[in-house]
Amino acid sequence: MIEIRNLSKTFISGGLAVDALHDVNIRIEKGSIFGIIGQSGAGKSTLVRCINMLERPTSGDVYVDGQNLGNLSAAGLRAARRQIAMIFQQFNLLMQRDCLGNVCFPMELAGLPKARAVKKAKELLALVDLPDKAEAYPAQLSGGQKQRVAIARALATDPKVLLCDEATSALDPGTTLQILRLIRDINETLGITVVVITHQMSVVEEICDSVAILDGGRVVEQGPASVVLASPRSDAGKRLVFPGFTDRRVSLSDRDRRLRIIFRESSATSLPLVATMAREKGIIATVLEANTRRLSGDVYGTTLIGLQEADLYEAAKFLTSFENVSVEEVTDDVS
Amino acid sequence: MFHNVFTQEQIEAAVLCLKTEIPFAIWETVYITVLATLLACVIGLPLGVLLVAGEKDGVRPLPANVLHLLNGFINLLRSVPFLILMIMVFPLSRLLIGTAVGTKATIVPLVVAAFPYVARLVEGDLRELDPNIIEAAQSMGASPWQIVSKVMVPECVPSLLNSFTIALTTILGYSAMSGIIGGGGLGKIAINYGYYRYQYLIMYAAVILLVILVQIFQSAGTKMAAKADKRLR
Ligand SMILES: Nc1ncnc2c1ncn2[C@@H]1O[C@H](COP(=O)(O)OP(=O)(O)OP(=O)(O)O)[C@@H](O)[C@H]1O
Ligand SMILES: [Mg+2]
Repeated sequence: MIEIRNLSKTFISGGLAVDALHDVNIRIEKGSIFGIIGQSGAGKSTLVRCINMLERPTSGDVYVDGQNLGNLSAAGLRAARRQIAMIFQQFNLLMQRDCLGNVCFPMELAGLPKARAVKKAKELLALVDLPDKAEAYPAQLSGGQKQRVAIARALATDPKVLLCDEATSALDPGTTLQILRLIRDINETLGITVVVITHQMSVVEEICDSVAILDGGRVVEQGPASVVLASPRSDAGKRLVFPGFTDRRVSLSDRDRRLRIIFRESSATSLPLVATMAREKGIIATVLEANTRRLSGDVYGTTLIGLQEADLYEAAKFLTSFENVSVEEVTDDVS
Repeated sequence: MFHNVFTQEQIEAAVLCLKTEIPFAIWETVYITVLATLLACVIGLPLGVLLVAGEKDGVRPLPANVLHLLNGFINLLRSVPFLILMIMVFPLSRLLIGTAVGTKATIVPLVVAAFPYVARLVEGDLRELDPNIIEAAQSMGASPWQIVSKVMVPECVPSLLNSFTIALTTILGYSAMSGIIGGGGLGKIAINYGYYRYQYLIMYAAVILLVILVQIFQSAGTKMAAKADKRLR
């Protein structure tokens, strides 16, 4: 549905060149929810703005539904943009229009007759669960309600793609979850391809099928969310997936080593691995940190253990003998 | 010179003037001011829009030299003192109105003085608008004209109303000066009686009426702007 090919973007600001994106290649399947995650300044916003040409790439191409957006005329691009809706962190609603007027706005731009626009806007407000807010102004709404109106507005022109740039970053965790579920429902019922930009791992865990990790303007890792999140290979990925695992700070004596155990399936999560290892192999390990996470309905987990150097090899062999369990040694360079 | 303000003679003259001349002078002042403000807004609003939309990063960039020319033209008009501007526009007044003096003719210098001012006020208002809102409209496929007419101007209506009010009260002040070129109104009365005939009481009365008019216009404008603003609910 969306194909980003060899995309680079260099900003010139104050005589200085900033490489915001560097040779980015991403393929986003029709009907999927694709996450683009990275730390602040990684280039996420720049990337998503290149998808609808709000930002012109310095080089490379963007294809949406087979159409190369870089080659379109101004009018052609405007028509294409109606197929690529976008929602924002700060909602960007028109403050002087009521909710109905906001939802009607894109249809007005497209030249739809007023009566039809109003009818459709009302349906959309009902879809986002705000049927009674048609006459309310944005200033009268909570953040979550504003984002719902923004979503209704985004759906007004029956887009094929929905781009979400940090759409939940200004919301509290509970509201975030509601908005994410709404986005997932929309994806499932309307078949709209969704691109989610975020710096929050929890957002990717909650709704994404696939994910790309962006670091310093480069895609350092991409693939199915279950694979990338369960065992990230890149340093940036590890930093994002295991936040708070500031391994350096966990105090162990110099001769001790750290192993990260990764459970890839819910059945593996429930195994008492550390206890079993102690009983059967006589290897004593300390649990330094453990967590489990849900990914598209399934449960995944990681445990960080510390053990003596002499036991390292034996422990790794024992642990990997279980199905859906893998291990990796954690060294100081991961922080 | 003020010792004879409240003599019997002065009071009688003032009362007579209040009854005969002042009502019409108020009407003239209001009519000149409102008409000149309307015309100044009609010219100034599009120019202000052009200044913002036509910028390098605006929604419809203009060639750099066109923008320079526009800015220079506005600055030029803004820097001519009104007293001199009134005389400078004589040819234009003759062309448009057929005469350079009289009440109607004062509208021309007032508009010429005020529209560049309005353009700058409008420019300031439009720049206050959150650029993200414009970008959101662009992401929905809005054309430059649609962004101007459906986003920039409507979203700025409250601050535009405030600016138009400021323009109106400023023009009211200028209109008082136009007594010099034969314009009617409260300004003319103040100058004629106060300056030429030493009837200070009438001059004060005219000035107080001008102050009251400014107060009325200003508070009406502020109320309208607040009422129009949907952010304050
Ligand atoms: N218009 C611009 N001019 C110059 N540099 C820019 C511009 N826009 C972005 N950049 C730079 O490009 C890089 C990527 O910025 P971008 O906004 O895409 O990051 P981000 O991943 O969205 O970050 P955040 O999570 O903070 O929103 C940054 O170094 C930023 O300073
Ligand atoms: Mg960003």
